[in-house]
Amino acid sequence: MISHFLKLEWKQFFRSSYWQKSIALNLLLAFFGLFLIVMFLSMGIALYPILKEEFPASDPFIMVNNILFYWFLADLVIRFFFQKLPVMSVKPLLTLPIKKSKIVHYVLGKSTLSYFNFLLMFAVIPFGIMLITNGYNVTMVLFWIFVLIGITLIINFLNFLIENLAAKTDLSFLPIIAFTGVLYALNYFDIISFSTLVSNGIVGVANNPFLILIPIAILSGLYFYNYKILKGKLYIDNSLKSKALEAKTTDLSWTNKFGDIAPFMQLDIKLLLRNKRPRSSIFILIIGLLYGLFFYPNPLYQDRVWMFVFVGIFVTGIFLINFGQFIPAWDSGYYKMLMSQNIKYEQYLKSKFTLMSASVVIMFILSIPYVYFGWNILLAHFVAAVYNIGINTHVIMFAGAYNRKKINLDQRAAFNYQGTGAVQWLVGFPLLILPILIFLPFYYFISFESGLLVLIVLGLTGIVLHQKIMKLITKKYLASKYEMINAFSQEN
Amino acid sequence: MIQSSNLSKNYGVTTVLKIEELVIPKGQTFGLVGNNGAGKTTFFNLLLDLIQPTTGQITSNGIEVDKSEDWKPFTSAFIDESFLIGYLTPEEYFYFIGDLRGRNKADIDTFLEDFEEIFNDEILNKKKYLRDLSKGNQKKVGIVAALIGDPEIIILDEPFANLDPTTQIRLKKMLRSLSENKEVTVLVSSHDLNHITEVCERIVVLDKGLIVKDLKTSSETLKELESYFAV
Repeated sequence: MISHFLKLEWKQFFRSSYWQKSIALNLLLAFFGLFLIVMFLSMGIALYPILKEEFPASDPFIMVNNILFYWFLADLVIRFFFQKLPVMSVKPLLTLPIKKSKIVHYVLGKSTLSYFNFLLMFAVIPFGIMLITNGYNVTMVLFWIFVLIGITLIINFLNFLIENLAAKTDLSFLPIIAFTGVLYALNYFDIISFSTLVSNGIVGVANNPFLILIPIAILSGLYFYNYKILKGKLYIDNSLKSKALEAKTTDLSWTNKFGDIAPFMQLDIKLLLRNKRPRSSIFILIIGLLYGLFFYPNPLYQDRVWMFVFVGIFVTGIFLINFGQFIPAWDSGYYKMLMSQNIKYEQYLKSKFTLMSASVVIMFILSIPYVYFGWNILLAHFVAAVYNIGINTHVIMFAGAYNRKKINLDQRAAFNYQGTGAVQWLVGFPLLILPILIFLPFYYFISFESGLLVLIVLGLTGIVLHQKIMKLITKKYLASKYEMINAFSQEN
Repeated sequence: MIQSSNLSKNYGVTTVLKIEELVIPKGQTFGLVGNNGAGKTTFFNLLLDLIQPTTGQITSNGIEVDKSEDWKPFTSAFIDESFLIGYLTPEEYFYFIGDLRGRNKADIDTFLEDFEEIFNDEILNKKKYLRDLSKGNQKKVGIVAALIGDPEIIILDEPFANLDPTTQIRLKKMLRSLSENKEVTVLVSSHDLNHITEVCERIVVLDKGLIVKDLKTSSETLKELESYFAV
């Protein structure tokens, strides 16, 4: 039975048009994954001698245990954003002679093979071997490794519970941020020292092997709780199909002053407000806005003015990146209809451009209070906003012509977390990095202002040439029209 | 009105459609029948420039559909549910299509009055998004939306499938009244031989991408079709 499932997944993965179109992206991810493994491996080997040399007075084993708490927190957050419950299109399987329990066990079992579960082991096992060769008790080290495996799996299943909870709300990432934030704060201000607690617990189990039963009990508890939840969801009438919300109509007639692009503007705004996926890109605005607070209050960054440009691009462009990278996939569900309708491609694209530019302007205005930390910041943000409108909007729309991945807005399936994985952030990097790369040489060799001048000139050039660039982009979209229609009519 | 010459569509080595010559004059109500894979939807997709022909071309009102987009203002279609926008209410969808076809809100409201019978109180003012309607009701919305803006060419792929019997009968009535209007060319495909012979003036049978019959509908047509398909 399992081999059937595996075959299905294999085919689903390699036969999706997405895979065929983005081998480069997948390779990049694979490379990144490999890089992390190598990093962890070398850390596992080098950690013992380094700690021994740097802190001859302390026991490296205890020191490592003391920092594990932070790793667990980081692990939880990273998993929340990058690890998704293995999606299996379960609906067609429900009426086949397969026991439901088998489907659920398979989905859960498969999650234990996730990359994230192995990553830590690449550091832990070599470190354990180093411990043994340095005279630590063999059983103790072995059970230490076992506990860490156990905790890693606990985090694995805990993550699904949190994601399941989070999927019900729009502010999906808030609970996890709040949860880990509170734990971190409690620990940081020494109210409850979790890092010591975790360390003592782990060392305790390592010294008393029978205590390993505790993590095993927690793990089984979580597993069966997950099992129960998932099994309860395998009915097409409740979770595989979402409840019909009462439709709210919104008066968007104010968009009429945008002329012939008004229908598309209204459509885009409704798209953003009424679907879970795009709605989250509105909430991410808040995060983007607060992003500057990570840097500006810190005196360390007051001298590194080049950071202002980076933060400026990020703050004013966060919606642009988040929303823009899925143009035109947002409309993939009804792309055929749009293509046979009485529309001009240019109007369609112009509506997206207007929306993104408006977001940049709004984000710039909202970020004005950062001027409290210095006038240079306001200046940098203004330049970044102009650059975003002039260059980044066009770049991201041009890149959209290569978009071949359908987005299923309906989100009927309970296991559907599609499109929220690691890849979507990769697309944003060039948009963020390129302006910095342009800015830096001028900044170092001439001055801060000259760097800004170059960026603003680039941005203004983009705005001046807007009509011409749009023509070019439209041409590109027209050229890939048939491919897009074909790709968008396939389920992933 | 619609003229296709030397039209073919291949995927790799398989030919899914090969039509030497097909002319559909203005005002005709034209029916396409054929088993699965006969090429009905492929023909419609080609006509709407959603796929590219391997050879040949289709001209609509003298416009080559894959060269210019000027056929769009007078052509409308409902092929499948992917023509609907799930997160809009039916009214909003009608208004959106109306906007694209130069009809304002008031025009659409008047237009929709004619369809109250078909909607049967299940579509309008129900505070539901299209994605939450049943398949049959979605289809009704799609078909009605395809009539917005007085198009000269209306393409409906399998309009009868998924509809309840009452609506099927009403739809037939509607299509017949459209066929009396000699300005409007209607293209319909169906698996239901009864329906299509009742509605269409001309019926073309496709088989594996080839035209095997081209009939002017008469009292004999249904029998002829039934005997052809009874293999």
